[in-house]
Amino acid sequence: MMSDDSEKPVADPKPDTKSSPPPKPDTKSSPPPKPDTKSSPPPKPASKKPEEKPIELPAFEKGISDKLVEKFGDKVEVGFVKKDRVRINISKENIHKVAEFVRDALNYDHVESVTGVDFPTDKEIEVVYHVGSYTDSSLARQILVLATRAPREENPIPGQDSTRLPSIRDVFYSAEFGEREVFEMLGVYFEGHPDNRRLLLPEDWADLPPLRKDFAIKGR
Amino acid sequence: MTAELPPGLALQKADERIMTLNVGPQHPGSGHMRIVVQIDGDYIVACDPDPGYVHRGEEKMAEYRNYITNIPHLERPVIHDSCNILYPYVLGAEEILGIEVPERAKYVRVIASELNRCIYTMYWLAIYGIFLGHSTMFMWPAGDRELLIDLMEKMTGARVTHAHFVPGGVRNDLPPNFEDTCLRQVNYFERRIKEYAAVFYDNPVLISRTRGTGVLSRQDAIRLGTTGSVLRASGIDYDLRVKEPYDVYDELDVHTNVMKEGDSYARSRVPWLDMMESCNIIRQALQKIPKSGSVRTKLKPNPKTKGPATVYKRVESGRGSLGCYIVSDGKPEPYRVKMSVGSFRNLIALPYLLKGEKLGNMPSVYWSLNYWPVEADR
Repeated sequence: MMSDDSEKPVADPKPDTKSSPPPKPDTKSSPPPKPDTKSSPPPKPASKKPEEKPIELPAFEKGISDKLVEKFGDKVEVGFVKKDRVRINISKENIHKVAEFVRDALNYDHVESVTGVDFPTDKEIEVVYHVGSYTDSSLARQILVLATRAPREENPIPGQDSTRLPSIRDVFYSAEFGEREVFEMLGVYFEGHPDNRRLLLPEDWADLPPLRKDFAIKGR
Repeated sequence: MTAELPPGLALQKADERIMTLNVGPQHPGSGHMRIVVQIDGDYIVACDPDPGYVHRGEEKMAEYRNYITNIPHLERPVIHDSCNILYPYVLGAEEILGIEVPERAKYVRVIASELNRCIYTMYWLAIYGIFLGHSTMFMWPAGDRELLIDLMEKMTGARVTHAHFVPGGVRNDLPPNFEDTCLRQVNYFERRIKEYAAVFYDNPVLISRTRGTGVLSRQDAIRLGTTGSVLRASGIDYDLRVKEPYDVYDELDVHTNVMKEGDSYARSRVPWLDMMESCNIIRQALQKIPKSGSVRTKLKPNPKTKGPATVYKRVESGRGSLGCYIVSDGKPEPYRVKMSVGSFRNLIALPYLLKGEKLGNMPSVYWSLNYWPVEADR
């Protein structure tokens, strides 16, 4: 049973990496929900950005993203650089390495929130870590957004299917409860997390993970 | 059965020496949650908090309503602190909808959120007092917070669940002569809470019960990612009103209260000091507030967004940093709303602090975390 599970993720990265390149051009202008971006709004920010770039990108935040790009090259992709906020999109193979680098070299020390976002049309679930720092006073205003994506299955069996990500709980202890919440709410199993039990949902919850988009509220 | 479960989901083995004790969810000492403690004699060897008994699915509900109609239900997790819990959502919605806020509204927001912080802290203090067996400390804060609730009632029309903040400002302007009434009541309130020192904070019984219990060191407070009064009681000078000022906090003089001990006593004292600081902020805001002007940029009933975007906004609430992550796909409803609340972040410290502690110290450690179960569950 367990050997089957551990084999699956090895097979999965291929479809995962194939499906991740398309979002890349879009994410530079920050919108994660791809399906709707194709209509009309995304070209505007995308066309605006190059004009603003030389003038408007805040220098300190640009420095943070440059350090990450310098270290990891094309393994990371800068989602956006705004005032006090830097977003980095990372494939799931590299999230652990990037988290270690962020902690050791960039002085970030805690995870503020772990968010799961379901994208059924991309067949992916995005997990977003908001990382902050208490020790480095120059980073007190800053939030580094680390986003990664896991493959999504139509009929999820939480903990048993291919919807898996490496846990960064051993890097940032503060991500522990956040990752547990994402596991129960979206069915993303975190490999290496010592305690993947339910947190908020009842023990006998047998429906879909409730924050997935195909779980609908009654009457809506 | 256990062999089929993936790692991390396995069941625990029983031990003859260790007794497992369920505290809650009906036990009043645990709030609306269950704390599973394993005790060896009188000492706690392991603790497993089990929240979720008041989980309402606020984040799921928010995906079905537009940015305006989300307001009344998103404040439900902490009805005593409803202005602060709406604050990051409203700031985020303003960025997504592209609205400017009038200057007067920003000051009204600051006054409302500071009043709410005091109202929440008084409620928490009342509960903290009664679970340490100090009945006076239950009666006094429960009575004195009425002063501020009356002010909020004058301001918003509701004693709790104000739904006062909206994208674009606040719902209503201040009533006539509010500034004078507010100043008088806040001054009285501050004099009154200073009296708590004699009966509670300098009380040798309280000090002997809470000094040195549940000590959270500076390094661990950072590593566990705690926030708010828990963090400041462990010697870290971090308050978002100073570090990342929102609205008009950068124009006000805000002092951060920090204590170095990191024990239950320090954690219970910091919110009390914060209340005096709140009175100070309210007085400054009442002086600087523009005497007239609009308090709300009017919106259409179903406002249009500026297009796909993600926003993460955070404010300092009564329980620490409160973040709101909004993903917008350009539709009138948010695609995803995530509330990163202080209670949920501080909960991670509970198993850590209770390990090795006496069972009798559990209430003082648990309530000193400034934890509100309904907010943690959302």
